[in-house]
Amino acid sequence: MTFELPLLVLLVVTAAGAIMVKDLISSVFILGSYSFALALVWALLGAVDVAFVEAVVGAGLATVFFLLTLFGTSEKDTHIRRPPVPWTAIAGLPILGMLLLYGAGDLPAFGDANSPASIHVSPFYIENSLEQTRTPNLVTAVLMDYRSFDTFIETIVIFTAGIACALILRKGDS
Amino acid sequence: MIQPHDSVIVRTLGHIVIPVAQLFGVYVLVFGQHGPGGGFVGGVILAASMILAILIFGINAPDSVLARKILHGDGLGLLIFAGVGGLCLIGGGQFLNYSHLQIPSLDEASQHYVGILLTQIGVAVDVAVTGVSIAVSLSFNEDEISLDEVTHG
Repeated sequence: MTFELPLLVLLVVTAAGAIMVKDLISSVFILGSYSFALALVWALLGAVDVAFVEAVVGAGLATVFFLLTLFGTSEKDTHIRRPPVPWTAIAGLPILGMLLLYGAGDLPAFGDANSPASIHVSPFYIENSLEQTRTPNLVTAVLMDYRSFDTFIETIVIFTAGIACALILRKGDS
Repeated sequence: MIQPHDSVIVRTLGHIVIPVAQLFGVYVLVFGQHGPGGGFVGGVILAASMILAILIFGINAPDSVLARKILHGDGLGLLIFAGVGGLCLIGGGQFLNYSHLQIPSLDEASQHYVGILLTQIGVAVDVAVTGVSIAVSLSFNEDEISLDEVTHG
C-alpha cells in the first residue's frame, strides 16, 4: 500500500517533535497526534481492536492526564540546557541496536503462514471460537474467555493504579 | 482547582457532546462481541465523557453527578469480574470457566456468551471508575468534593 511510507514519516516526525519541543503542553498535544498516527498504522495492519484502544487511550485519556498533571506543575521545560550525553550511551546504544537488528534477522517474515504463532494455537481459536462461545469477534473471545485470567490480572493492575493515585495524590484534611 | 468553564459555547457543546459520548461508550461495550471494541474501550470512553463533564461544569455541578457518585465505587468492577469467576466455582467448575455458570435453559455456548458479556461489563466499570478517580486525584483536593448537597455552579 502507498499509505505506509507517509505514515512512517509522520510517526517519526511526531515522535521527534514530542521530545524536542520545549513547551510541555505542545509536547503533550504532539504526543496525542503521534498516538493517532499509530492508530492509523494499527488499522492499516488489520488490528482494529488495537487501533481503537490506541486512539481512545493514547489520544484521549493519556492526553487529559498529562494536561491535568501539567496544570499542577510547571508548563515549561526548565532544563533548557540539557546535560551532555554520557559516553556510555554513545558507545552502548549502537551496539544494542546492532544486536537487535541481528536478532531480528531470525524473526519469521510478516504474514508468514508457517511461523510458530500461526500454527500453534491460532488455528484452534479461528476454527472453534464461534461455535464454542457464539462470539463473532475473535479478539473478544480470546481476551475474555480463553485468556480471561490475563484480563482478570490486567483489571487488578488498573484497579491498583487508581488506588495508588488516590493514596498518593489526594490531600484530605481528615 | 479546576474551575467551571464560563464560555457559553463550551457549556452548550458539552451538553450536546457528553450524552452522545456516553451512549457511544455503552454501545461499544455491548457491541464488543460483534465488532471492534469491548469492555476496556467502552470503559475508557465512559470515563472520558465523565472527565469532560468535570472539566466543563466543575466537580460539584449537577451535570457531573454521575462522576461524583462513582468516585467511591473503586473495586466494584473487579468484584463483578471475580463474582462471575466465583459463580463458575459454585457451579462446579474452574475459576472463570463459563461452561459451569449453571444458567437454566441455556446451552454451553450461550453460557460462554453471557459470561463474556458480564466480565466485559466488569472491566468497563473498573476502567471508568479508575479513569475518573485518577483525573480527580490529579486535580482536586478531597474536601472540595461535596458528596451530599448539590450546588448550582
